[in-house]
Amino acid sequence: MKDLVTLTVNGDTHQVAVPTHWTLLETLRYGIQLTGSKQGCDKGDCGACTVWLDGVPTLACITPVFEAEGRQVRTVEGLVGFRSGPGVAHPLQDAFDLCGAAQCGFCTPGILMSAAALLEENAGPTRDEIKEALSGNLCRCTGYTKILDAVELAAERMRQAEVEA
Amino acid sequence: MSERDTGMDGARRDPELESARGGVPADHPEVAERGTPVVDHAPSHAGEPVVPIHGDRAEKAKPLNVLGTRQRKTDGLEKSTGRARYTDDLVLPGMLHGKILRSPHPHARIVSIDTAAAEALPGVHGVVTGAEMPVPFGIIVWTPDENALATDKARYIGDGVAAVAAVDEETANRALELIRVEYEVLEPIFDPFEAARRTDVQIHEARKEGHNGNISKIVKLDFGEVDAGLADSDVVIEGEYFFEGTTHTPIEPHCAIGQWEAGGAPGGRLTVWSSTQVPHYLHRELARVLELDAAKIRVVQPHVGGGFGGKSEPFDLEFCVAKLAIKTGRPVKILYTREEVFLAHRGRHPFHMKYRVGAAADGKLKAVDARTLLDGGAYSSFGLVTTYYSGQLLAAPYEIPAYRFDSTRVFTNKPACGPKRGHGSVQPRFAFEVTLDKLAERLGIDPIELRRRNFMGSFRRTVNELRVTSNGFMECLDAVERASGWKERRGKLGYGRGLGVAGSCYISGTNYPIYPNRMPQSAVQLQVDRSGRVAVFSGASDIGQGSTSLVAYIVCEELGVPLDYVRVLPSDTDFTPVDLGSYSSRVTFMLGNACVDAARKLKRMVQDAVGAEWGIPTNRVLLAGGRAMDGQDTGRSMSIVEAFNLAEAKHGTLGTVGSYNTPRDVHGDYRGGTIGASPAYSFTAHVAEVEVDADTGFVDVKAIWVAHDCGRALNPAIVEGQMEGSAYMGFAEALMEQHVFKDADHGRAGLHNAPSLLDYRIPTSLDTPELRSLIVESIDPEGPYGAKEAGEGPLHPSIPAIANAIFDAVGVRMDSLPFSPPRVWRALQEQAAARDEPERIAAD
Repeated sequence: MKDLVTLTVNGDTHQVAVPTHWTLLETLRYGIQLTGSKQGCDKGDCGACTVWLDGVPTLACITPVFEAEGRQVRTVEGLVGFRSGPGVAHPLQDAFDLCGAAQCGFCTPGILMSAAALLEENAGPTRDEIKEALSGNLCRCTGYTKILDAVELAAERMRQAEVEA
Repeated sequence: MSERDTGMDGARRDPELESARGGVPADHPEVAERGTPVVDHAPSHAGEPVVPIHGDRAEKAKPLNVLGTRQRKTDGLEKSTGRARYTDDLVLPGMLHGKILRSPHPHARIVSIDTAAAEALPGVHGVVTGAEMPVPFGIIVWTPDENALATDKARYIGDGVAAVAAVDEETANRALELIRVEYEVLEPIFDPFEAARRTDVQIHEARKEGHNGNISKIVKLDFGEVDAGLADSDVVIEGEYFFEGTTHTPIEPHCAIGQWEAGGAPGGRLTVWSSTQVPHYLHRELARVLELDAAKIRVVQPHVGGGFGGKSEPFDLEFCVAKLAIKTGRPVKILYTREEVFLAHRGRHPFHMKYRVGAAADGKLKAVDARTLLDGGAYSSFGLVTTYYSGQLLAAPYEIPAYRFDSTRVFTNKPACGPKRGHGSVQPRFAFEVTLDKLAERLGIDPIELRRRNFMGSFRRTVNELRVTSNGFMECLDAVERASGWKERRGKLGYGRGLGVAGSCYISGTNYPIYPNRMPQSAVQLQVDRSGRVAVFSGASDIGQGSTSLVAYIVCEELGVPLDYVRVLPSDTDFTPVDLGSYSSRVTFMLGNACVDAARKLKRMVQDAVGAEWGIPTNRVLLAGGRAMDGQDTGRSMSIVEAFNLAEAKHGTLGTVGSYNTPRDVHGDYRGGTIGASPAYSFTAHVAEVEVDADTGFVDVKAIWVAHDCGRALNPAIVEGQMEGSAYMGFAEALMEQHVFKDADHGRAGLHNAPSLLDYRIPTSLDTPELRSLIVESIDPEGPYGAKEAGEGPLHPSIPAIANAIFDAVGVRMDSLPFSPPRVWRALQEQAAARDEPERIAAD
């Protein structure tokens, strides 16, 4: 059984026919080919699927797709250009690259969505506040150290950019 | 009297005769096995000097332009923007979804499989069973004991028995329910001691008449005079240790896609995309099991979302997508569920270890005697190597004059164990480094000082003939001692808080590949475009550790091009030369050397052409910063593009191939002496600081200082990432992880206890301690620019350092993993009871 769902993702509106039991993650990945959001566990344990629903970090793998109708979805692909000019990586995305915060990179999209949401709310988080915000996202490569460094660096750069602007 | 009728009462027999006859080991009556020599004895080589085979440390220590500095990874932004494509991100036209039916029984004979109803279900395009892929395989060529799908028996709950391909996942799942498998249920064995003892239940068929099919491998090696050394010791520390099984849990579940192109020019060509760490071995095993010409198979490894050893051999899904693609003519994808990742396993073996370590009053080691039982699970996997590694890799960084180990790996009806980061050597390192701490305590010597006194030195052979070149272990000890404030703080932190130290060594790849051949272990091909762009074809598997970036940095260093002029095409067996894969920490050393070889060949052509143009000697031409320059006249230079064009005009199209092969005559002169032989060894020391809550038994690791001798850090940011990730993973095993199975009292016996990322506990950002990386550079003469491994070595000391810190904090020895609150609390209760006992007796 398929049904039509209308989704607004990264500012674009998509209408796709999906099995009625599909999750938001399945629809993003296999319905509209936005494969940046990852499936690590498919039951809300690992956080690799984290996207924003109306700006709130949400586990797409346990969100029925029809719950996302009429709401703003943002994925890791939509972080590009969100805080910078068109096509320019979000300061967090650049900081992750600069610090070596992505090793295998599989948890990275989910972690970025959690971290970006934190920085929207709190421009100068402490290291403990960053750990708290990322505690629902498992990383198996880094020991989190370089990830925390990258979020701190991005926050600092974003604050500096505010001052300059 | 036949061999079968002898030996069970072996205690009365002469051990030498036992060895010659291959009977039951005289000193090991609990293992019912024949045919293995009791002990292979070899003389001690401890302390013998070693001369480098090639390379020059002074030359390798020279300053570099690009290497040694913090650089972005070539695929860093691709990953952080979501553009990087992993196997499950790929969709092919007409692709079907595959699913694998798994055995609900831990041990059962397969009587029949009826797939008719599944095949008749609309939407199902194909079903495959083990009978269609009867050729067995195994990552170790001497132990091929697995089938793509079970043919005769299922040996653990989760063993694959059939697979389907259907239009969508739901239909594939429904089809699995329609497959009727008739099982004859057999008695399972879960306990490794029981498996070793019993001959009435056989998990595998014995390889020879009279052998025990539950025994996977026995290794008994004896170097120097162990008994004399122990007798001569002023103190002997005996202990029993248990290392719990753990698993890798990469965040990306295993995934594979198969595509078959029939007819036309390809005439039947198979392509498999897989989240593998070993494309080359997968290529070989696909050819073997599917009985296809290897030249007609292409293996492509897209980005891999973590491996840690959990993707370093072929798995059922890769054979199934291939076979189903051939049968249906449609591309087929299988993505493991998280539960299937836990069942695929190949993680850390549970080890039951007994150690006797003798030393003189000054703390100098005299002899080590180790006995280990490895719980291997249902199949061999890398088990032959694991069994050797359980003893071989303990021989450094301390000088051990006499050493014996006796390791037995058994089969049990659980998912197969294999190589997890620090393969086979993390467990004995835990037992040994805790023993050293006990020794230091007994002798009243500072634990760091005790380790210094036993340092083996650089350019020395170990007791078992490991050829150790550069060795920065002393600098590692110095670094963690200084950074942790050991001297000022240890013993002054008060009850409940403590510091612990541990050291280790690990290999940088193996001198001998896992299938015997004399071809290079790694190779790189370079090709230059007229735009100045350099393409690197690299067979190595980047699983996140950065091997793709490594070759790009080396090209920048040697040819002077900027990083954005380099494109790397990695791991596609149709286009990239063979590299054996990402395992045993071989990649930086071997791929690095191969890439240096290729880049320097190309560099010479460019220098030659530019030198001729300017009329100066070749070696005066420098390539750096995007330019070719005259080393003696800085005013004279040209862009690297012009230089490449000159070279192409002179030498023809610019392309080179470079390769690296290990020395082939460097190994121990005894049976098994090739295993553990590496071109270079890395060294690590940790200090852990803990706070123990005596009321709850909760251990809070505050910080881990990790000093690692990686030879030379080619990109310090990446090396630190490996060190931090290793220390994290060791910490996780120390405190949280347990890959365990239910017993009959707690559900279905043999069922995985917790196959989810919620229940199998791994640390979050809140759980993980502060990790402080301290890079030590010993400059190895044979490594690329002096580099050695950094990916696995830094894990080893985490666990004993934490155990030793717990002792320093509260005075209890944790000899079994994990150090979870119930276990620590119980140990504290026992400590209190023991303390109260004399008082109670006195009161009575």
